[in-house]
Amino acid sequence: MEARKPLLLSLIDGRGAIFLGILTAAAVLVPLLSLVIPANSAFAIPAYLVALFGKYLCYALLAIALDLVWGYCGILSLGHGAFFALGGYAMGMYLMRQIGTRGVYAHPELPDFMVFLNMKELPITWWGFQSFPYAMLMVLLIPGLLAFIFGFLAFRSRVTGVYLSIITQAMTYALLLAFFRNDMGFGGNNGLTDFKDILGFNVQAKETRAALFVASCIALGAGYLIARAVTESKFGKVVIAIRDAESRTRFLGYRVETYKLAVFVLSAMMAGVAGALYVPQVGIINPGEFAPGNSIEAVIWVAVGGRGTLVGAALGAIIVNWGKTFFTGALPEYWLFALGALFVLVTLFLPKGVVGVIEQFKAQRASANKGGTAAAPAAE
Amino acid sequence: MDIAKNSLLYLDGVSVSFDGYKALRGLSLTLAPGEMRAIIGPNGAGKTTMMDIITGKTRPDEGDVLFAGSHDLTKMDEASIAELGIGRKFQKPTVFESHTVDDNILLALKAPRSALATLFGKPSADTRARIDQILETTKLKDHRLRLAADLSHGQKQWLEIGMLLAQDPKLLLVDEPVAGMTDAETAQTAELLREIAIDHSVVVVEHDMSFVRDLGVKVTVLHEGAVLAEGPLDVVSADPRVIEVYLGR
Amino acid sequence: MNQLPRLRASRALAIPLPANGAKSLIETLAFAAAAFVLLILALFVAPHARAQGGFDVIIGLTTDKFPDTERALNELPGAGLATAPDIVEALVANRLYFNGPARKLYFADEAGKMFDAATGESADVMASALKKVRINNAVRRSLDAARGALTLMSPDPAKRKAAADSVFKSRDATALPLLEAALAQETVSANRKILEEARAAIIAGDSGANEVQRLEAIDILKSRGDQDAVSVLTTIASWSEGRVKAAADSASSVIQAKLALWRNVQNIWYGLSLGSVLLLAAIGLAITFGVMGIINMAHGEMVMLGAYTTFAVQEWARTSHPGLLNYSLFIAIPLAFLVTAAVGILIERVVIRFLYGRPLETLLATFGISLILQQAVRTIFGANNREVSAPSFMAGSFDFGSLQIGYGRMWIIVFALAVFFALQFVLRATSFGLRMRAVTQNRRMASSMGIDTNRIDAMAFGLGSGIAGMAGVALSQIDNVSPNLGQSYIIDSFMVVVFGGVGNLWGTLLGALTLGVANKFLEPIAGAVLGKILLLVFIILFIQKRPRGLFALKGRAVEA
Repeated sequence: MEARKPLLLSLIDGRGAIFLGILTAAAVLVPLLSLVIPANSAFAIPAYLVALFGKYLCYALLAIALDLVWGYCGILSLGHGAFFALGGYAMGMYLMRQIGTRGVYAHPELPDFMVFLNMKELPITWWGFQSFPYAMLMVLLIPGLLAFIFGFLAFRSRVTGVYLSIITQAMTYALLLAFFRNDMGFGGNNGLTDFKDILGFNVQAKETRAALFVASCIALGAGYLIARAVTESKFGKVVIAIRDAESRTRFLGYRVETYKLAVFVLSAMMAGVAGALYVPQVGIINPGEFAPGNSIEAVIWVAVGGRGTLVGAALGAIIVNWGKTFFTGALPEYWLFALGALFVLVTLFLPKGVVGVIEQFKAQRASANKGGTAAAPAAE
Repeated sequence: MDIAKNSLLYLDGVSVSFDGYKALRGLSLTLAPGEMRAIIGPNGAGKTTMMDIITGKTRPDEGDVLFAGSHDLTKMDEASIAELGIGRKFQKPTVFESHTVDDNILLALKAPRSALATLFGKPSADTRARIDQILETTKLKDHRLRLAADLSHGQKQWLEIGMLLAQDPKLLLVDEPVAGMTDAETAQTAELLREIAIDHSVVVVEHDMSFVRDLGVKVTVLHEGAVLAEGPLDVVSADPRVIEVYLGR
Repeated sequence: MNQLPRLRASRALAIPLPANGAKSLIETLAFAAAAFVLLILALFVAPHARAQGGFDVIIGLTTDKFPDTERALNELPGAGLATAPDIVEALVANRLYFNGPARKLYFADEAGKMFDAATGESADVMASALKKVRINNAVRRSLDAARGALTLMSPDPAKRKAAADSVFKSRDATALPLLEAALAQETVSANRKILEEARAAIIAGDSGANEVQRLEAIDILKSRGDQDAVSVLTTIASWSEGRVKAAADSASSVIQAKLALWRNVQNIWYGLSLGSVLLLAAIGLAITFGVMGIINMAHGEMVMLGAYTTFAVQEWARTSHPGLLNYSLFIAIPLAFLVTAAVGILIERVVIRFLYGRPLETLLATFGISLILQQAVRTIFGANNREVSAPSFMAGSFDFGSLQIGYGRMWIIVFALAVFFALQFVLRATSFGLRMRAVTQNRRMASSMGIDTNRIDAMAFGLGSGIAGMAGVALSQIDNVSPNLGQSYIIDSFMVVVFGGVGNLWGTLLGALTLGVANKFLEPIAGAVLGKILLLVFIILFIQKRPRGLFALKGRAVEA
């Protein structure tokens, strides 16, 4: 309604500009410091750190996906870890097929664990995964399809609030149990690991690590922009309306189920992409990723950063996981205390998260400036 | 069936019960096109349940509910009923608190409701003008960029009525629009509703007798899930059964 | 539904290992060589080894060859040796020794005192200088038969019963004369029955016996009606002909139908047992979630604290009041209630009360609390499983028809129901229950009637938590007491409450028992894990159909 800016620019507000700026800088600097600078330099980043940062970025993308459903649509999903893990498994299956004859049993087609389990031929579920494009399609489709079926049933039946949260948790729990079974054909409790190549490049190599890091940066940036485009559209306004007053929206003639389903499926696909980028960087995917605790932990990232802000969700994911890395290294006993306390304190004292606090601080300063008349502008 | 054909809203023998509690027992009611009707009745008379049935929130156990003579409302969901042209205002003001007043009206404005349309569609040319017009009517023009959450109670009620107008429904269901309002606000609201009634059919549920008197329309009295009396307020309030229900016991 | 109550490793299941299982290879080879040489020597040097028509059982047991041992055992009952029972018992207990070159057999009593097996006189030899008689599966079968035959005459009725059982299983035709003799003397009617069945098993399987006798025997087996009878009957049917085969077939199918019925009864019983565990875990949640609407993700940790309280009480009893050890559960139950109720009240006062009306935030905050409680317990008690022993009245079992009912399971069902009805009583018949219901129905009205709603909130949350703690006492008897104990119950508990219908205690009862029984019927078909997955999927679908559970409250009150 105001003078229309080009679409992409109209999506980037102040917060987003800082976020994308930092992301771009990281995508340039990290590979540079890892590959070009000599390893003995003080600024060099070792490969394991590149993978660690890449992992954080994947978590940040998961957090943005979760923020989309929770922060904007009010659906507290306690099962988003399931979509993340499914995306991860799809990628893991591709990576397993790339091992080829280099496995312990050197079987040309079957991954080691299948040979070990006396399986004679590749299960149908694994067909096509030697193809990268097919695997990437599955990274989107499998989480998307699960979200579609689950969401279709749940939203149509108007399961809302905590009931929805509880059954999403049951969903990921059921998947956890299922993937632990050897006869599911996904490696049982060991999961998929010992990857060799991705697209012909050694997954362990420094260069591949750096490339995966850049890919994660791009995915996170793209995910952020898609989420912004969705939330800034009229569609996004309807979604927020559903969060604030669901039946009002319904009585205005909006088909709430369709909107929720669309957001849920989109979010599940983003989570799937995050999982797919996560797996080659950590080198393993196992059923533990389905654990209900993981999904709840992702919720706290969003809460810490500030839900309904997208940038905050990403920030929260990075802060909490950096804290986790620090604690589990330095004071392993206290990590759960810290995480638990974080849950309690954030919900009690920081309902709008870190970004909310910053906004509030800014607003206060702005009103103080207004009150303080002439002196303030000089400082800006 | 002629009555059904010629009426905008037609309820016949509608019954519904919750766990054995009969909220409606054979409620029958007709509303002519363009008519404004006030519905009164003590607590538990079935007023809100009636609204729930008309808007598709609750399904009746038996009975017919027809809109504009042909649409069977008992077989439709809330969204389809809303698209048909029935708008509803809740007892408690429910607006979208984290949207601006502008956006609240924008969301209510008659436009394609599908997810694809809202995701990729562009607002039509006269959108701005129509929003301005509605804000004018509801006296909210000065507040259009404020968040709905920051409005006063009365302003929220008006915003909700404004949203109803934006929907441009054929029939408005208004549940206790003046609950919790000051006297001045109440008078203004009555005026607003009369203005709306010029080109819409309206059903108002209200407790406040002086407000109903201000409206000056035909009154239906509900009691224990059925119609007890119907007619102008003066006639109805002289009915001994109505007096018994309101004052007796 | 729930993880199966894990069985503690019971001694009955342990497989006895050969005594010399851990010998080095060289030793074993040397031993085998020596044994071989000795055997050759024995064959030539000692003519009396084959005396008395060919075989001396004592010598047969000193050759260290399994076929000899087996044959010796087969002939032992009929050999008329006075020491035969001692020999058999010693072999069972792995206390039977031999001196190969001397062809001497010795047995030790429980105290380790040595006796000459041929004479029964005490012998002055050292066990360490002798070799033990070894056992393999074939030998074990003969040993069981020999033991059965020998102990048929034992003065101890329990031993006679065991002996008759083992004859029934071995169907050793050579034991028939002994069996007849035992039957003539037997006075205990239950034992007579088993002896008759054992005889029937032998006769029915004897192709030389006449048909009428065999058919009678099959009738007796049919009346026994258990899995063992079925296996005897099917063996007989597999090589018999004509009427005998037909009779055996029909008898075994009759028994199998009856057994199938009992299996269903058993499934129901196990299901009720699992259901009572679910009920215990969920019932506190039915108060905090169902009645008060608080999503307490730390509920499982309350159960866990209850289990650790039980452990702590038992340790205290063990170290300072051993006399109380057997009754420590009776101290643990009220104490667990008090401890967890206190923790619950603390949580409610410090965290939850600031989050009323914000269920999703409550969920997150209480999840945080659950992490803290888990880590706290891990820090205090360690990460390992803790052992909580069962009191004597919960050990053992009794038979009900073909069903074996463990006292442990039975008392847990009784306890779950007792807790349930006690809670119903508190809610319906006490003034606290009345006030609590008032607060949950209409907080403002209750408040204006002079009810201290804050206090009622805290007390109600404490009550729900306390019940969870009592559940922990019961669960400590069937599950591992570890910091993760609660996690395995939290999802199940929510499922039960949601399935049964929120705000309805009877729904919780029925929901728990239904899910428990359904789980036990699915398990044999689908396996434990898949059964549980199917049930989860079923509940997820069920919630779609009836979002408010089995016994939903309807109407606009709950829509708000």
